[in-house]
Amino acid sequence: MTSILALAASEFRIALRNRWVAIAIVMMTLFAVVLTVAGTAATGTLGVDRLTVTVASLISLGVYLLPLLALLLSFDAVAGECERGTLALMLTYPVGRAEILAGKFIAHLGILALAATIGFGTAAAIALIADPEASVGLPALFRLFWTAPVLGAAFLGIGYALSAVARRPGAAAGLAIAVWLVVVVLYDIALLAAIVTDGGGTFTVDFFPWLLAANPADAFRLFNLAASEATALASGVDGAAASMPPAATLVAILAWPLLALAFAHLVFRRVTP
Amino acid sequence: MTDTLELSGTDKSFGTLKAVDDLSLTVAAGERVALLGHNGAGKSTLMKIILGLMPADRGTISVFGARPGSAEARRFVAYLPENVAFHPALTGREQLRLFCRLRRAAPDAAGQLLARVRLDEAADRRIGTYSKGMRQRLGLAQALIGRPRLFVLDEPTSGLDPVSRREFYAILEELAGDGAAILLSSHALTEVEAKTDRIAIMRRGRLVANAPLAALRSRSALPVRLHVVARAGDADRVAASLAGSRINGVGVDILCAPEDKLDRIGAIAALGPLIEDIEVAPPSLEDIYAFFSREERP
Repeated sequence: MTSILALAASEFRIALRNRWVAIAIVMMTLFAVVLTVAGTAATGTLGVDRLTVTVASLISLGVYLLPLLALLLSFDAVAGECERGTLALMLTYPVGRAEILAGKFIAHLGILALAATIGFGTAAAIALIADPEASVGLPALFRLFWTAPVLGAAFLGIGYALSAVARRPGAAAGLAIAVWLVVVVLYDIALLAAIVTDGGGTFTVDFFPWLLAANPADAFRLFNLAASEATALASGVDGAAASMPPAATLVAILAWPLLALAFAHLVFRRVTP
Repeated sequence: MTDTLELSGTDKSFGTLKAVDDLSLTVAAGERVALLGHNGAGKSTLMKIILGLMPADRGTISVFGARPGSAEARRFVAYLPENVAFHPALTGREQLRLFCRLRRAAPDAAGQLLARVRLDEAADRRIGTYSKGMRQRLGLAQALIGRPRLFVLDEPTSGLDPVSRREFYAILEELAGDGAAILLSSHALTEVEAKTDRIAIMRRGRLVANAPLAALRSRSALPVRLHVVARAGDADRVAASLAGSRINGVGVDILCAPEDKLDRIGAIAALGPLIEDIEVAPPSLEDIYAFFSREERP
């Protein structure tokens, strides 16, 4: 445990010096505040409190931004150490590969949690100040607070695995961007296309909700929307939130980090420095 | 004496290339062994196998009776990689404190270690600003953490200035005196000649020589060079009577087999007044290395 914490502290210090901590916080806060201010201009007619609307916007923001930040933090983890030549030395120390990965994970997860809490917290504070009724939306906000790092954790694990597969930072960065595009952007578009083609058939009814839950980003969205009054505000793919049992999406968002990290460890074990 | 490191019949191939070929080697406590060989002879691969960074295809390897790379072996083994690198954003002190924690040593030992390799003034500067020699010295400092019993050092003196080299070998001598086993590779032959106890030479993955320098010298049977300084004007006479070759106005060079050395010296001494001085130069490690690492030996 001493080793893991020492590695985590060192990794956090490196991220701090490389401005990654600042970049993550600024990006989260900037987007969250802009979305809140822009997104709540027309809520009066919907009859929903301002925080609920804000949370609905933040969920969408989180779906895109958290995986991106997590992949940016993690793609260099193994490949960068390989390329610099620091991995060989580290592996001759009495510290296991799982511990090395755990140290990096704790540091990176901390950065994501910090950025999400500050970013979402600032946006929520604006909503709470502007609307006295906004406290109705607090439970949904808390759910967002704790699920944000969990979503980040899934993509950190994916990022470490990609990093170990690629072994070179350039290749790892390319893979990370590709995975982000496919999982976060193209996956939903493909599902939508399938629904349109299917026209309300067996695919839409029996498979579609489960395919959504199988994607960590979609599971995060569904689980959070289910807690929010804002489901009514959701459109398109998000409309499926109503048809999925929250337990299924909860299992999905919790299972993803575990599976991704286990896979990352498996790949990392095969890396010869 | 128990062997700290013991390899027998070790093989490692990359595709069709045999990087390590049926290699057996032992290093005992308190022994300094220099591993020599051309680039690509398999030295670094052998070191990585000993450290457990790379599995061997075949052979038995024991590091303090444990499997290489096992938690037990890693507790006792220190490594200094070729062109050692660290994270450029950390300072020397931060990096060393981290390594101390990973070795379960007190982090405060970092200051002492930095002073020992004369990095105390640069300790709080980022490693990104260090010169190659400074990084190498930091690499040595991390290897010293927690009193390891086996040191595996891959070209440890590359990039070091002459003063740092001397200090480095002084530290090695101290470590060996303390009972640590040391395996180091180097291209600087004149250094290891005087500073190690045994020379192991690798060629194309095979160990072609493995003995103290004196034993290699006699095994190679390379000629001894006798340099005779004749009195002014007598060089030609001296050269003629000794069947040597005159190299300048007064010097005469004679090459002779090691076993004939004393006879030849006797013959030179018999010339009495014609001789000003005589120097005996045994084959250098460079000659011996060239002999053993030659592609085809007759």
